[in-house]
Amino acid sequence: MTAARRVAGKLGALLLTLLLASMLVFFSRFLVPGDPVSFLLRGRKPSAEAVAQVSAQYGLDLPPWQQYLNWLVGVLHGDFGRSLQYRQDVSVVIGERLPITLGLVVMAGTMIAVIGLAAGIVAAVNRGRLMDRAVLIGLTVLGAIPSFVGSIVLIAVFAVQLGWFPSFGSGDGGFVDTLYHLVLPSIALAIVFVVLVSKVTRSSMVDQLGREHVEVATSRGLTRSAVIRRHVLRNSIGPILTVSGVLVAGLLVASAIVEAAFGLSGIGSLLVQSVDRLDFPVVQAIVLLVVTAFVVVNAVIDVLEPWVDPRSAAGAGAR
Amino acid sequence: MTPTVAIRVLRAPRVPRSSTWFLASAVVLAVFTVGAVFAPFLAPYDPDQVDLLNIQAGPSTLHWLGTDSVGRDTLSRMLYGARTALLAPLLVVVSSTILGVLLGLVAGWRGGWLDAVLGRIFDVVFAFPSLLIAIMAVALFGKGLVAPVIAMSIAYAPFVARLTRSLVTAERTRPYVAAYRVQGFSGAWIASRRVLPNVTPIIGAQSTLNFGYVLAELAALSFLGLGVQAPTADWGAMINEAQAGLIGGYVLPAIVPAVAVVLVVVAVNVIGEELSDRIGGGISA
Repeated sequence: MTAARRVAGKLGALLLTLLLASMLVFFSRFLVPGDPVSFLLRGRKPSAEAVAQVSAQYGLDLPPWQQYLNWLVGVLHGDFGRSLQYRQDVSVVIGERLPITLGLVVMAGTMIAVIGLAAGIVAAVNRGRLMDRAVLIGLTVLGAIPSFVGSIVLIAVFAVQLGWFPSFGSGDGGFVDTLYHLVLPSIALAIVFVVLVSKVTRSSMVDQLGREHVEVATSRGLTRSAVIRRHVLRNSIGPILTVSGVLVAGLLVASAIVEAAFGLSGIGSLLVQSVDRLDFPVVQAIVLLVVTAFVVVNAVIDVLEPWVDPRSAAGAGAR
Repeated sequence: MTPTVAIRVLRAPRVPRSSTWFLASAVVLAVFTVGAVFAPFLAPYDPDQVDLLNIQAGPSTLHWLGTDSVGRDTLSRMLYGARTALLAPLLVVVSSTILGVLLGLVAGWRGGWLDAVLGRIFDVVFAFPSLLIAIMAVALFGKGLVAPVIAMSIAYAPFVARLTRSLVTAERTRPYVAAYRVQGFSGAWIASRRVLPNVTPIIGAQSTLNFGYVLAELAALSFLGLGVQAPTADWGAMINEAQAGLIGGYVLPAIVPAVAVVLVVVAVNVIGEELSDRIGGGISA
């Protein structure tokens, strides 16, 4: 199969998944029994103005599939309707909050890549030895620390007891100050995923270390570090890359917990707040964004994989 | 795409094999289970009883683990909180396992277009992280644990289904299946009576691991204020309520449920990994 056809096939699957996901997000509303206007305006005074606005936004007098198409066309143009709690366009509300979440995800992502890979490599290189066992036990305990537990422990220790980092908010808006405020939240967010990445790195490398080509490389007289770098790590990248795709959605969702714990106003805390304040259009938009990010990132990784790891393309063709 | 990998990720990590760890984990789980079941007898106080003379009190003979910001006994609340903490994930794991095994069995056994359609549906569900589905369910049906438990049962089913499917597909080509076919047994009988028991242990190990993830996610939901509602005692909700005190340096009401969550999740993971090791989970999912 040529690369172009493969990419086209992936693209088709991507679009189909996104289309089905968007239907799920849109039609979920129809699972709620009763009148859509009263659902959308729960907890609010159904003033004539509000009813008219919601009806117009969703085209409630149209048949469901037409409502969906109108909504989809709007979404494709970046129009997610209007927020009920802010009386602003959903896209504006989300846009204001996106930088904090992205900052958090990038910072946590960097920590995950550096620490996760390092721990996995150290464990794999020392497999079976004390160092390996120590790392594995450490990872098992860390892996059981959900981000909300990590958040409160970090706040208790580093913000309250030691006073090294702030426990609340994102600072005065300056770049450095924002980064400073995001340190603890990023660590809380990264913990579970560091464990995931290092475990995959370790098992993938251990798998390679037992292969014959590693033995050959070693017997050729290559240094240990060259063998690890060129023959073990290089061949282990496939699974690591794939798991990083799974991370993206996980990070975006877990970000909601961390943002709530540290009082950050990103899209995660916006999601929770919108559920709390019954602002369904915002919930719909954020869910769709997270799912889209997940699907797109995974498709990109899927397409890139053969370039990074030519065996995966060859294997797919041979099978 | 990702799902098979997700399964492999859950299965790949191995704690150093050791019966001490396994035993310790079993003890931890047993203690919390007993605590949950017999909470009314074991708890020194009613979980909602307010002791106005001891607000945010430290550990004492009166309150072993101190009290929270309104003077409720932390130990008692932790014991009662174990009920929702353990029961809700159990419901999710049982129902997602039943649903997943059924779907996986059908997909793996029948193959063809049914397999393709189910695979496509799983892909779409996989694109929604389980916590996100739970939050969405709360947005639709209101706060509490009922909607999230149902939503997460659906969210976790594809993981079980994928695993079951891959196991059943491998099993289908085994000689014993052909032998039963020749003897005239129906496909449904072979699949349910002979193939299913063969793949059950591996699925059980996977579901055990799922329990830990679900527990953490449901606690997170209550921490966010979307799950169990005040004043009901729940680990996630307790941590949520204790946040203000935390800033003031009063950590106990937050740390106690946090430690409970971590202990149970570690125990479940150790047991799940040990189980899949002992079964010899040489299955490359």
